[in-house]
Amino acid sequence: MPKMNLSHFEVAILFALFASVVLGVITKRTDAERLRYGIRCFAYFVVALIGLGWLMKLGHG
Amino acid sequence: MATNVKAQVAAAPPARSWYGVVLLAWLVPGGGHFLLKRPGRGALLLASVAIMFLLGLMMRGAMFQPQTGDVLTTIIYCCGFVGDLASGLLYLLTVWLGYSQPDMAGHVHDYGAKFLVAAGLLNILAMVDAYEIATGQKD
Repeated sequence: MPKMNLSHFEVAILFALFASVVLGVITKRTDAERLRYGIRCFAYFVVALIGLGWLMKLGHG
Repeated sequence: MATNVKAQVAAAPPARSWYGVVLLAWLVPGGGHFLLKRPGRGALLLASVAIMFLLGLMMRGAMFQPQTGDVLTTIIYCCGFVGDLASGLLYLLTVWLGYSQPDMAGHVHDYGAKFLVAAGLLNILAMVDAYEIATGQKD
């Protein structure tokens, strides 16, 4: 089994991607709506990731 | 209008027995959707859960074993075990074939353990979706 070393950012982006795909697939009624919802979820994940990252950096001093 | 739709959904007979669908959805991520003739959605669920699980394994993530003690320990380890187990055959094969890793210190291993649990939790969402389709609550 190969070993992977990923940064926190890479891991968070991968998590956001797969979680968004599943959330998009299991919600909504049409494929177009699912695609839009999946993309929106991914964008929210990324915005929250960057926002919380900056918040922690600024809070840490 | 909404009341009529709810009444129709409540009155609609179950499309098929849901036990087999949910069991297959647990064992094989997306399997319930394949059984219900939704191959595209099933393939996306299978790919997402399986890739996430494999990434967790390649990051040398540890599998949770149920442990009891104080409340926090019990919640973390028992819920983590349920999350791992929810991946179905992926979890069972990993344990049977000896790919389960011991718990090690390090941030990458920690991410791996979380990926393994998250894959199981996403599979639970897929199982719920398959159940709703099988019982006619969703198209």
